[in-house]
Amino acid sequence: MSTQVLSTNIAETFAPMSARRLLIFGGIALIAGGMFFGDIFAVFVLHQNGGQTGQALLAASEAASAGNPLAVEEIFQQIGGLLEDHGTKVDAHVHMTDAGYLALLLALVQPYVALASRRRKLLAGLFITGGLLLPVGIFLIHYVGTAYSPFAVIGWASVLADSAGALLIVVLIAEAYGFWKFLRRTGSGGEPELPADRTWERRTLMSGGALLILLGFVYGAWYAGADLYRHEAREAQILKSMLDAAAGGHGGTVVEVASYGSLAAERAVKIAAHSHVIEFGLLAMLLSFVQPYVSLSDRWKRRWVMMLLAGSIILPVFVLLELNLGLVAGGIADIGGLLVIVALIGMLVGVLRYAGRLDAVSGAAA
Amino acid sequence: MSAGRRVLLVGGLVLAALGMLYGLHYAIFVEHQTLDRMGGSLTQAFVRAAERNPVEANSSVDVYAATKYDYVRQVDIHSHWIGLAMLLMVLGVVFDSVAFSQRARTWIAVALLTGSFVFPLGVILQTVSHGGALASALAILGSATVTIALVAVVWGFSRSAA
Repeated sequence: MSTQVLSTNIAETFAPMSARRLLIFGGIALIAGGMFFGDIFAVFVLHQNGGQTGQALLAASEAASAGNPLAVEEIFQQIGGLLEDHGTKVDAHVHMTDAGYLALLLALVQPYVALASRRRKLLAGLFITGGLLLPVGIFLIHYVGTAYSPFAVIGWASVLADSAGALLIVVLIAEAYGFWKFLRRTGSGGEPELPADRTWERRTLMSGGALLILLGFVYGAWYAGADLYRHEAREAQILKSMLDAAAGGHGGTVVEVASYGSLAAERAVKIAAHSHVIEFGLLAMLLSFVQPYVSLSDRWKRRWVMMLLAGSIILPVFVLLELNLGLVAGGIADIGGLLVIVALIGMLVGVLRYAGRLDAVSGAAA
Repeated sequence: MSAGRRVLLVGGLVLAALGMLYGLHYAIFVEHQTLDRMGGSLTQAFVRAAERNPVEANSSVDVYAATKYDYVRQVDIHSHWIGLAMLLMVLGVVFDSVAFSQRARTWIAVALLTGSFVFPLGVILQTVSHGGALASALAILGSATVTIALVAVVWGFSRSAA
């Protein structure tokens, strides 16, 4: 049974069909969708794609060793396709999740956007639409290619993604204009301020999120100082050794190809750990504001909070450990991601329950 | 609204718009061409090796490495500006809970905004002259400023909770 009280004050901050409600529902849905897609990608595509790329690189170096430039060009076309497949899926995951974060952020700043309610709702709708179409467009780039496109390198899927990105920028500029009006006091504020709340859930998510972000910053600085340049130099060095062996026509490039694969994996897991710990920290901080709208018992609210924070630390730590423990760590990292998704959906269900109860009360009053 | 919150919210919105505009410009005018150059130079390196020409193969690897150096940093500036902008806006909403004087809060907000702008700027300037000391110094200074200011924010939160 929920302990959430539907106070008039909180209810006013979450009016039916308001911009804030649309942004909170849409934002959480985009984040959950983006993370679910990322988990699916990690389990079913990432390692397979990496393996195929390694095989293709080995085939290319063997073709070079055999003195067959035509075969090399053919194999590199295949490698280009594999890299595009990988890159567009990563980008779709990142952009969908980040659009969700921005939607939640816009929900927070609605009290300071001095625009008419109708316009704020329109902007919210456009933002969610753009946030959905942008990753869909990016995802389709690999499959649509440049078919029927009047441009040499830009296909229709890229046009869709770029247009959706432009839509997001327009919405953001309009929101900034509303904020500017608010600061100049030429228009009244938007929705009521968020309820002041110092519950355990809010404090835990806020401080846990801030610590995760700090951890991510420190790790990122360490990576940039200790690894980034070393990795870049090592990549060129490995490629040159591989090509020197191939140009000599005496083969033996398997070791170099394996080193290249290890380097790519090391770089990928370190960047993924850095970006995920920061993103999860930001997510925790954003969700701390949504807690007054989660209509669940205190016990369940705390469970989702703990699950979210646990998943937020498990995923980046075990992504890093993939270098030492291999696929076992990868599997645990995926479970960490799943924990975050489940907690997120649990909170979304709580918000939906809150909205349903609120609408039922206002419907009965009418 | 306090000066600190205003700095963070306005700065965050502007930085997010800037990061997105850069991303859009990059996606339309630069990314496809850069990826083509990167793929082309790597292919060229292997083709030259197949033609038993190791000198040109190595110089193609150098072109590939230089292009990738730029590509990584061009993508980084887009993601870091938007990511830091989101952090500024979140902190802007709760900044009054940071238990320091108004003046100290304003300085922390200014440090967060300055570092968030300067750090990715230093990263992108590294593409103008590879390994340039000024660009690297800017990136280091910016990231250190953001990190120290964030430590201050966390400390301020913990003081308010106590």
